[in-house]
Amino acid sequence: MKGSFKLGLLVTIAAGSTIMMGVANSQDSLPAGVTSIKVATPYKGSPLDEIISGWHFRASETQSLQQDDFDNPGYLWVDKGESLWNTVDGEAGKSCASCHNEAAKSMKGVGAEMPKWDAKLKRPLTMEQRINSCRTNNMKAKAWKWEADQMLSMTAFVRNQSRGMPVNVQVDGPMKAWAEKGKEVYYTRVGQLDMSCANCHEANYGKHIRADHLSQGQSNGFPTYRLKWQKLGSLHRRFKGCMKNIRAVPYKRGSDEFVAMEIYLAHRGKGLQVETPAVRN
Amino acid sequence: MMKANSLIAGCAAALMTVMAGSALAEATKPDMVKIDDNKVKSSLTGIKGNAADGKKWFANRKLGNCLACHSNKDMTSKPFHGEIGPPIDGVADRHSEQELRAILVDSKTVLGKETIMPGFYKIKTGARPAKKFKGKTILSGQQVEDIIAYLLTLKE
Repeated sequence: MKGSFKLGLLVTIAAGSTIMMGVANSQDSLPAGVTSIKVATPYKGSPLDEIISGWHFRASETQSLQQDDFDNPGYLWVDKGESLWNTVDGEAGKSCASCHNEAAKSMKGVGAEMPKWDAKLKRPLTMEQRINSCRTNNMKAKAWKWEADQMLSMTAFVRNQSRGMPVNVQVDGPMKAWAEKGKEVYYTRVGQLDMSCANCHEANYGKHIRADHLSQGQSNGFPTYRLKWQKLGSLHRRFKGCMKNIRAVPYKRGSDEFVAMEIYLAHRGKGLQVETPAVRN
Repeated sequence: MMKANSLIAGCAAALMTVMAGSALAEATKPDMVKIDDNKVKSSLTGIKGNAADGKKWFANRKLGNCLACHSNKDMTSKPFHGEIGPPIDGVADRHSEQELRAILVDSKTVLGKETIMPGFYKIKTGARPAKKFKGKTILSGQQVEDIIAYLLTLKE
């Protein structure tokens, strides 16, 4: 009896030190451009005890790709976005820079607060929708498709100007109904497998579902370079993939349902620092 | 005309016979399965489950995919055991055949509606089911019986 107790104690200590080592590792290293990957004290009413970036749940090989901007494949799109920022397009003969000048100044913080209410259109706009609104109305240029390379480049470039800044999306006033709709989408079970976002990303994050290490499904790194995609992709593309996995008909990119979800999800990650372009598997 | 009519009638009669025959071999329809006291008393098909097949369905990602959530010492050769549900080791010591059947058919009735576990022999699922899977169960009645037969071999 005594022997087995000792053995049990030893195993406990060994397991404890492994866990501590894991924590120490993830605190020692951080993604480039941010000072924290966690919010230890979430906002009042948060369903999470601790808000954690998806970076934390990835293997060290994947993490290392986001620790140096020269290694980060997502920077191909950020760089392309910068050149598009300065490129004249459309009948008005304007580029983004014609009105917004230097993105490092004018766009700083913008990406941390999207989607944002548009008073004229009386609805929230995601970054993609805001860019297309500017292109069609002010530049007299053609709208870009949601997942087009130019759109991914521009959203990555603009959001990258807010890297390291805390996510903080408006969910009161006119945004309240949209955030509530997003919450409803988040908690609704869908598909033949009959699961909601919360079943995996709220109740079971940190655990493995087969080979996948479940994260909180946070959006602070989007658009994100996914190794599975071998390219940068939008948040709505990721939503679609998740819905297909649980054998549901996904909503469309840019649909009101996904816009509402994006708002609610940003709110769930309130305080997390923008990591765009993040690298995930 | 007479000839054509009798031909059609003959075909129809033959078809009816085939349909009746297949209906006899069919499993109890998902909507007709009764869960009483967290148990489903009788086999869904009347055909004894095959444990060796059940073991395959347990690991198959497109069928049971049970391994996605439940670790299993009987399958240490396979990588990536899940951590979502309890380990499946010794499940036969904890549940009877009839209880296992009820959990597999409609987990929410037995484990509570909050469980992440899908009902594997259930038509009513989540909203917006994909066309390919609409109105279909995740597993066939026989696959459920096969998995039960396999689970009953897992004793500690």
